Amino acid sequence: MTMNNQGRPTAPGTIEANELPTISGDRGLMHEEPLIFELGRPGMTGVDLPEVQMSEARLGGMRRKGPVGLPGLSEPEVVRHYVRLSQTNYSIDAGLYPLGSCTMKHNPRLNEKMARLPGFADAHPLAPQKTVQGAMEAIAQLMNWLTTLTGMPAVAMSPKAGAHGELCGLLAIRAAIEARGENRKRILVPESAHGTNPATAAFAGFTVDEVPAKGDGHVDADALEAKLGLDVAAIMLTNPNTCGLFEKRIIEIAEHVHRAGAYFYCDGANFNAIAGRVRPGDLGIDAMHINLHKTFSTPHGGGGPGAGPVVLSEALAPFAPLPLLVHDSKGFRLIEDRADLPEGANPFGRMCAFHGQMGMFTRALAYMLSHGADGIRQASEDAVLSANYILASLKDVMSAPFGDGPCMHEALFDDSFLEGTGVTTLDFAKAMIDEGYHPMTMYFPLVVHGAMLIEPTESESRESVDRFIHVLRTMAEEAKAGKTERFGGAPRLAPRRRLDETAAARKPILRWKPKDLPQAAE
Amino acid sequence: MRYLPLTSDDRAAMLNRIGARDMDALFRDVPKAAVVSRSMFDLPDTQGEIEVERHMSRLAAKTTAAGSLPFFCGAGAYRHHVPASVDHLIQRSEFLTSYTPYQPEIAQGTLQYLFEFQTQVALLTGMEVANASLYDGSTATAEAVLMAQRVTRRPKAILSGGLHPHYAETVETVAALSGEVVRAPVTPGAAEDIAAMIDDKTACVVVQSPDVFGLIRNLKPIAEAAHAKGALLIAVVTEIVSLGLIEPPGAQGADIVAAEGQSIGNAINFGGPYVGLFATREKFLRQMPGRLTGETVDAEGKRGYVLTLSTREQHIRREKATSNICTNSGLCCLAFTIHLSLLGEEGFGRLARTNHAKASALADKLAAVKGVSLATQSFFNEFTIKLPKPAVEVVDALVDKGVIAGVPVSRLLPHDPNVRDLLIVAATETNSDEDCAAFAKALAEVL
Amino acid sequence: MSEVRFTDQHEWVRIDGDSATVGITKYAAEQLGDVVFVEVPEAGRNIGAGGEAAVVESVKAASEVYAPIGGEVTEGNTALADDPAKVNADPEGEGWFFKMKIADKGELAKLMTADQYAEFVKGL
Repeated sequence: MTMNNQGRPTAPGTIEANELPTISGDRGLMHEEPLIFELGRPGMTGVDLPEVQMSEARLGGMRRKGPVGLPGLSEPEVVRHYVRLSQTNYSIDAGLYPLGSCTMKHNPRLNEKMARLPGFADAHPLAPQKTVQGAMEAIAQLMNWLTTLTGMPAVAMSPKAGAHGELCGLLAIRAAIEARGENRKRILVPESAHGTNPATAAFAGFTVDEVPAKGDGHVDADALEAKLGLDVAAIMLTNPNTCGLFEKRIIEIAEHVHRAGAYFYCDGANFNAIAGRVRPGDLGIDAMHINLHKTFSTPHGGGGPGAGPVVLSEALAPFAPLPLLVHDSKGFRLIEDRADLPEGANPFGRMCAFHGQMGMFTRALAYMLSHGADGIRQASEDAVLSANYILASLKDVMSAPFGDGPCMHEALFDDSFLEGTGVTTLDFAKAMIDEGYHPMTMYFPLVVHGAMLIEPTESESRESVDRFIHVLRTMAEEAKAGKTERFGGAPRLAPRRRLDETAAARKPILRWKPKDLPQAAE
Repeated sequence: MRYLPLTSDDRAAMLNRIGARDMDALFRDVPKAAVVSRSMFDLPDTQGEIEVERHMSRLAAKTTAAGSLPFFCGAGAYRHHVPASVDHLIQRSEFLTSYTPYQPEIAQGTLQYLFEFQTQVALLTGMEVANASLYDGSTATAEAVLMAQRVTRRPKAILSGGLHPHYAETVETVAALSGEVVRAPVTPGAAEDIAAMIDDKTACVVVQSPDVFGLIRNLKPIAEAAHAKGALLIAVVTEIVSLGLIEPPGAQGADIVAAEGQSIGNAINFGGPYVGLFATREKFLRQMPGRLTGETVDAEGKRGYVLTLSTREQHIRREKATSNICTNSGLCCLAFTIHLSLLGEEGFGRLARTNHAKASALADKLAAVKGVSLATQSFFNEFTIKLPKPAVEVVDALVDKGVIAGVPVSRLLPHDPNVRDLLIVAATETNSDEDCAAFAKALAEVL
Repeated sequence: MSEVRFTDQHEWVRIDGDSATVGITKYAAEQLGDVVFVEVPEAGRNIGAGGEAAVVESVKAASEVYAPIGGEVTEGNTALADDPAKVNADPEGEGWFFKMKIADKGELAKLMTADQYAEFVKGL
């Protein structure tokens, strides 16, 4: 026989080598990446543009005197830098994101492709209107989906995110009250509300009056009714609420609110639980924003951009902000000015330059068309089913404050099962990172001590959810059995261990500075 | 449905574990009166990728894409070339499909680019600190006015007549709720005497440069006048590329800079999403709205980044927050950061010079057309021309000749009889010399 | 010897003649966690009893500090701006927030003694 001893050896090596610090500081696929400002060299650029002859005559004597201070890098260096940064991020494409109230569902790439069609992405907001009919028609189609699914007569498209939509809704309410010649300044907000609700109410010039939650996780409808009066402008209620429950008495609440001359603002953050099964218009709601990135899967993008169209009732529709999109015999038209308004319209103002988050509209429209009305209904049902499945599978080892009844699209647990274990909600959540999961939403809603809010969404297969349940069950059992070593310093296996947020806040360093400048100025 | 992994067997097994008879049992808290059936929605059913793509492509084809013909619209949204690697990188799963970086151990990628972004914005504007972005330039301007009202505890904001009218309306909508908003007269191609309007109730003056007509403003005397009366200067920039060539607002005494960052890294997108830049002086840090990323170390002493100073924000401060904002423009600021990194000092300066040279050459060509005069004498990449007839009619006629000529001022200020013949024209590195020649030729033909 | 009183909002006030020194209690400092920012009132400001006087922030929480009694602020502890950690290290000493001139000593009667406050905290 012939012996080939040139081949690749296959011995596995020793475990101990794992603990050895590397020479480079990198660890295999995990790279330590400097700041972009610490890379590059003067004169280099990653964009080739020809040098031009330019006169200063038309700069009005305002030419920049010094350099900006940007580093110079070639294209491959920039690409590598941002690819390496990306590799330190968790993402929905890579794993389950059980974030209650945040809805991290699958982001179809078809939506990305559609949003980039030149007829949408390369359309200018102030181009002559006869040249952008298709872009306006796409907005009109999305408006039709939104008003049909919500059972509401009108929708304002310009708000740029959920919180901006809340502001839009409250400004419409403010305008409606002023048009009635009344002065109502108080807004009722349940204590379980998301922080944006009271922040927006204050921003819109109202005072906030908190309504307590009942022991069963529902808003206290009687307390709410008792607080209604001639100075109440509106209530802001999330439904399904932040405890993951459908407010059973919502129609009755709406009736009381209307009888008192106030309006009903619904935070639509959780519309994804009921889309296709319940129309908010049937519940007596006057205004509701829709987070397109939650219910209609536009990508979360590490924090934005969002889009927050607001559906409006008959009573509030006249006050929708400019611009308005109309369709008549001449085609689609944007009304951008008061002089041009249709009968009855009385806009409260303008939310932003231009017409809203077109790039998000086209993604959401592609998503809706893909699902269809039947698929949207199924998606809501699957989201609710998965959350209930998790609740049913974990409530014997983790404590569920409202575990008796069905939940909607998110399952709420509290930290009482960790009592006496020495493990905190934070430890438990951070240990999930070592297991390959993003932590669930923690310490929200505030009405539950040590809250853990889990939303699997409809995007997860049963196998995926089962595996998640197995991991959480085992963690809960270990914590209770005193096997707590995995919790204390968690995460151990992430690109970074826990970060010192106190130091960051006490002496804020908010930008890079060249070494020769004193950092003390920060 | 391709996005839904559960099978009907899965659903049955899951309902069984829950102990629910059917799906309706899970929705039992919904009042009967509010339960709707599929047939109540006049909407289509599930469609495959091919059908959806066909539908969307047909819609898109009904719009004339800016890149398909000579195109000169600006006025707050600018068509620039975005390098291919930018769009590739922002579509990486780990950027596109990640959540807000509240769990910093597994979100360093997002946090580090935000830190780089904040640094870039501070450098460009010549300011000390910048946040991790707001929605867009117009809402950033409104937030700046509210911040000035908080800082000075004064009610009045004075808006320059050269501020983009949509920005002015956005400011009025929120800032008039708790204060007073005054608009200075519109003086196309010239600077109004805004300093004379400042009094001891003035929280801020808001001046855009280059202004909506393209005019480069000298902010220094306005800053001095404002500071002498205890007011702040808010500088607004809608074309951020201009700062590659023009003295930054920070060097001219601005206290807050609110800007639109769309020009770098982002498409014009029919108006959004864009990226609002917001920078200020360090002493106002605690009054600044929006997310902030800061440097720190982890438990092993390694450098890392976290969201910080979040006690200013809605999720902690609730009704006492500096703003109700709950997002930033995540992916749009990533696109901005990557594009600006690719450009670097050298490329950014060259881009700015190219823009100015293009616009200057176009201005000369258009001003040579009979009946046309240049209304803006000093500008960056955008200027206003005066036509012998209403600009709307001229733009309309030019569309039929295959040229999108710009934005008629009357679209932004429909009530002002003095601006009907004015047209705002922008030129960038994307406009070829042939485009510019075609514009001048067609303009001569329609006049 | 100076007298110290407490509020149910977890402020303490130490009385020295006409002057009062105000801070937050050890219990409050522990509840807040690491303090990262403190904003104290400027001298000359008049604040009524229960009025918002200062702000204290930890990483995860922001709270108002109320004036336990009415009066004119004579001094804010500006050292806390540079070193907010003092509030955690020595809340009832070096971590004081502000001093004020007492307007009405009668208001002191409504406040808790050290023993009453200790009892109050036990009940929380």
